[in-house]
Amino acid sequence: MTQEDYRRQEAELDDLYRDIILDHYRHPRHRGHLESPDATHEGLNPLCGDEVTVEVKVNGMKLADIGYTGSGCSISQSSASMMTEAVEGKSVAEARRLISDFTAMMRGGEDIDPDSLGDLEALSGVRQFPVRIKCATLAWHTLDEALNAAGA
Amino acid sequence: MTLDVAKIRKDFPILDQKVHGKPLVYLDNAATSQKPRQVIDALVRYYETTNANIHRAVHTLGERATAEYEGAREKVRRFINAPTTESVIFTRNTTEAINLVAYSWGRANIAEGDEILLTQMEHHSNLIPWQQLAKEKGATIRYVPVTERGTLELNGLENLFDARTKMMALPHASNSLGTINPVEKIAAETRKRGVMLLVDGAQGAPHLPVDVQAIGADFYAFSSHKMLGPTGVGVLYGRRELLEEMDPFLGGGEMIRKVTFEGATWNDLPWKFEAGTPNIADVIAFGAAIDYLESLGMENVRQHEAELVGYAIDRMAAIPDITLYGPNDVSQRGGVVSFNFPDLHPHDIGTVLDQYGVAIRSGHHCTQPLWRCLGVSGSARASFYVYNTPEEVDTLVDAVKAARAYFAER
Repeated sequence: MTQEDYRRQEAELDDLYRDIILDHYRHPRHRGHLESPDATHEGLNPLCGDEVTVEVKVNGMKLADIGYTGSGCSISQSSASMMTEAVEGKSVAEARRLISDFTAMMRGGEDIDPDSLGDLEALSGVRQFPVRIKCATLAWHTLDEALNAAGA
Repeated sequence: MTLDVAKIRKDFPILDQKVHGKPLVYLDNAATSQKPRQVIDALVRYYETTNANIHRAVHTLGERATAEYEGAREKVRRFINAPTTESVIFTRNTTEAINLVAYSWGRANIAEGDEILLTQMEHHSNLIPWQQLAKEKGATIRYVPVTERGTLELNGLENLFDARTKMMALPHASNSLGTINPVEKIAAETRKRGVMLLVDGAQGAPHLPVDVQAIGADFYAFSSHKMLGPTGVGVLYGRRELLEEMDPFLGGGEMIRKVTFEGATWNDLPWKFEAGTPNIADVIAFGAAIDYLESLGMENVRQHEAELVGYAIDRMAAIPDITLYGPNDVSQRGGVVSFNFPDLHPHDIGTVLDQYGVAIRSGHHCTQPLWRCLGVSGSARASFYVYNTPEEVDTLVDAVKAARAYFAER
């Protein structure tokens, strides 16, 4: 393969693996356990073995603290890390709205304001790799379940 | 090379295409193989000239379809050297063949406190049916450990069995590690002790010369789609005396002799286990796949894969930080190369390789407990077949290196 070929191939990959995604993969945020979580939920992707466990601390109407642990591909783990940054300190209602906007974006929904998602928009490149979409949404479905479990 | 691969490749239309602008390099053969023109033509020809339901019709097409269907059974019998076609049962796949044994033999013969012996390298299809059976009967399951080299811990083979061991099941070759297990040696031991032995041949029959009588297993199961044939066809070989004693697995048409409102008696072997209209077209096309493999010669197929895997192991081992699984000795190894990197997930490897036209498998390969033993969640896996070339191994190695470079800190 020529250098040119390699560069073209990498350009396609860059759309999936944006710098910010790789940054979260290498330097995860909020990775680890909370001292006394109100709820913990384990999410599994049985097809590929991705695992994400989300722990939440809910204070009144606020998602006061969040942590995650798990193992899996760069997309599943970065998405979890980026999610924790996006929702920490937000109201539960805002967190729910983000979950719904993010999963809608991954489904290819058109009526989502990209600005509302901020950095998370970087994960939209995953849509071109349909088998990887579940990797990106795993943490979000898990957070949804954790919030349900916390009665929030 | 042992095989004339350039000539073989011309028979596989699917290989002549580009993926992401690159020539397709298909290295996911342990999952399913591609099909030669001869098999595809057999399917089309059957539907265009012969299609009819089998065994009952008195018209010409029905007779012709029956003869071709039973002709395919004879081809399978010859391919695995079964003593008689009564021992060759068509199922949907290996999984169904194993379930048939767990259901029909297992439920009649496994009792509370009995032991079923499996291995740590079991595919889920040779694990779940036994777990279900054990749970239902109050039996226990023990697992033969896998060594660090990816082989079974068989030192003291004679001590492997317990007085309560009734059944042993293991893969002929591991789909995750490539390890070829010494099934003849194990069968000699199970026979001596009256332990029933089932060999999961899903990765055996497509790649190795198989003689079920020489192996000495009581049951041997495999799938058409991993050996150039269509999906939807599996084979259960069973010793005739055992099959005679066993109750049917599924009830319905075809498997009966006489039916009244009060009950029924069963058809002869092998039809007793083939309830309902079988997958006639795909069984006949599977016969064409066997013809194709026999024209190559299974010894040559095995030799070709040993050459490829030996070359692949040598080249892959030279990539920094790589972990390779399975034995290095190619005499104990089928055409599978499983690998990992400490900082690179198998799915990310798979996605990058796909951009280079290279199709591999990433994940647990339906052997989750095995990977847990090895301390990881899965691997990236390349697996070879008759149409693969050393040049494709080179492309794989280049693409793996490119994946490493891509994910290196930038």
